[in-house]
Amino acid sequence: MAAVRETTERVADLAGEKYKYGFVTDIEMVRAEKGLNESTVRFISLKKSEPEWMLEWRLEAFQRWKEMTEPKWARVHYPPIDYQNAYYYAAPKSSPGPKSLEDVDPKLLETYQKLGIPLSEQKLLAGVAVDAVFDSVSVATTFKAKLTEAGVIFCPISEAIRDHPELVRKYLGSVVPVTDNFFATLNSAVFSDGTFVYVPKGVRCPMELSTYFRINASETGQFERTLIIADEGSYVSYLEGCTAPKRDENQLHAAVVELVALDRAEIKYSTVQNWYPGDAEGKGGIYNFVTKRGDCRGRGSKISWTQVETGSAITWKYPSCILRGDDTVGEFYSIAITNNFQQADTGTKMIHLGRNTRSRIVSKGISAGKAQNTYRGLVSVHPRAENARNHTQCDSLLIGPHCGAHTVPYIESRNPTAKLEHEATTSKISDDQLFYCLARGIPQEEAVALIVNGFCRDVLQQLPMEFAVEAQKLVGISLEGSVG
Amino acid sequence: MLEIDDLHVTVDGRDILKGITLSIPAGEVHAVMGPNGSGKSTLSYTLAGREGYAITRGRILYQGEDLTQLAPEERATKGIFLALQYPVEIPGVVTLTFLKTALNAQRRARGESELDAMRVLKLVREKAKALKIPEEMLKRPLNAGFSGGEKKRMEILQMALFEPKLAILDETDSGLDIDALKLVADGVNALRAPSRAMLVITHYQRLLDYIVPDRVHVLTNGRIAKSGAADLALELEAHGYENV
Repeated sequence: MAAVRETTERVADLAGEKYKYGFVTDIEMVRAEKGLNESTVRFISLKKSEPEWMLEWRLEAFQRWKEMTEPKWARVHYPPIDYQNAYYYAAPKSSPGPKSLEDVDPKLLETYQKLGIPLSEQKLLAGVAVDAVFDSVSVATTFKAKLTEAGVIFCPISEAIRDHPELVRKYLGSVVPVTDNFFATLNSAVFSDGTFVYVPKGVRCPMELSTYFRINASETGQFERTLIIADEGSYVSYLEGCTAPKRDENQLHAAVVELVALDRAEIKYSTVQNWYPGDAEGKGGIYNFVTKRGDCRGRGSKISWTQVETGSAITWKYPSCILRGDDTVGEFYSIAITNNFQQADTGTKMIHLGRNTRSRIVSKGISAGKAQNTYRGLVSVHPRAENARNHTQCDSLLIGPHCGAHTVPYIESRNPTAKLEHEATTSKISDDQLFYCLARGIPQEEAVALIVNGFCRDVLQQLPMEFAVEAQKLVGISLEGSVG
Repeated sequence: MLEIDDLHVTVDGRDILKGITLSIPAGEVHAVMGPNGSGKSTLSYTLAGREGYAITRGRILYQGEDLTQLAPEERATKGIFLALQYPVEIPGVVTLTFLKTALNAQRRARGESELDAMRVLKLVREKAKALKIPEEMLKRPLNAGFSGGEKKRMEILQMALFEPKLAILDETDSGLDIDALKLVADGVNALRAPSRAMLVITHYQRLLDYIVPDRVHVLTNGRIAKSGAADLALELEAHGYENV
């Protein structure tokens, strides 16, 4: 048996299967029964020891979801999803709730170690606090004491529902309404964990906050919910990372992220998305159907999204900013890389409601293999939004003759003072560029990674220092085997 | 160092080089001169191993080894350097990053230890100073928005950094004014060494006033029509390629 497995692994290596996070952790799990009905929702709520109001909120979402249909407008293609043929809750048996680090199952610690996210505080990247979410539950949160000192709440959302109901009730669903869209409504009914952050008035969060999402169990969807509130004059920088084992099946990941920035507050939200993308033939991989939205609710506030999307079989994701307050700023910096049979339909919405609101969009789409990569964006200026400004730059890079890049910008302006600019380019890695690198001794794959990193530079510069290097490497790995 | 024997090369099915024989010993600088379309750039690309340049007959020996089957990056690692006529812009890739990546790729392939960013910076600064390349230029994306002279100086900087055994300079003089030409020529002359061979490809004799070659070969219509000492270049200047 061992010899067979070894051979399989070697063949997989030769096939260019370089996804190094594809291992499975063998750990005993508690699951909800397969399928989705009212009792699934009740089961999850019970597991989380939730108050009655939360259960009602979920049940209402579930009722609404039953009436809804999946959106079909995105440029992605996949067979119908059987929502009854999946698990909606899976948690390591040993980890019924958040614990101190000493109590975390060593197998879980080992898993995160293997992923490059050591959870012991001494070994952690200096200045980064981590919440680790494994399938449906948060298994560890680091540096809690230090953050509490600063008044920052950083905890699993299930804990926040119990310990800070006044904040959760006030803000949950206030940016992404329960009935916003099919996947967000599904998430509202069955979300099992995620991260909650509250930064009090005038506090500059003393460290980077980060959540690391891991899907481990098979036939299981992950539905996490993140809620970040930056109170007046505060600042927080948050980063999420995600990986999953290699499996032949497609797994659904339908998250909702809500950001609220009050007067003069600033939230910087970065994502390095590296879900399993499927194999070179397009088998398996995560369906990443995510709703992310930030509300610049207070005057002079700012929300900045930076995303590096390299994983997932399908990405359907539009991190957006509602520029409600006057003088607010929204930013969206995106790198989306698709290789082999990956499909991405991603972009942003900038909704200008307040006066003197400004937004900036920089999108870099890279397509290789037989992948399809679409930028879809909306810039909307409402009648009250005097002097709104937007600058959009969409650049696409094609590698090889069988991939596609598509740009679908929507612009709506209902105020004559608006100034909106849109620039778009499509290019290829030229033979001249490749030869130049080769002639300098740089091997082909490294040359492609170098050129693509150059193409993405404007966006990579937006990432927190600690993660920029990692993201650069990821860009290279994602494109291995794409040329030649 | 370099022995080219009866080299025939086709590009897109067209015969460009039709039997070139040429030998450059270590320590010597040879010039290949020729009119437009004579096959000068084809020769340089073939030596560097560019895809699409098919050797149909003959062979290239470098340090006694047949180059024909080696990929461009392997040739670079073994000490062959080509300064391009039109250096390529690579948007977003900071020059210093590019230099470090290339230098370390070569060192890695040769089994040498890689140099850290500080060591590379120190090395590059040293070489850049001699070529009057300002530090600010090293922080800009490679060749993006560089003037013609800056691009050519950047090629010579790379040559100084990689310390090749065989350097091929493809029309390094094109597009340079006299001051830039002198600067580039000084850079090249500083790299002349008993262990190094150079092949200087040019259209005009002008460059050879500053880089004085040991031998001059005249390339017309894919063949070496004539070879001689340095003064052959002056003869060409006076009478043109027609009368070779």
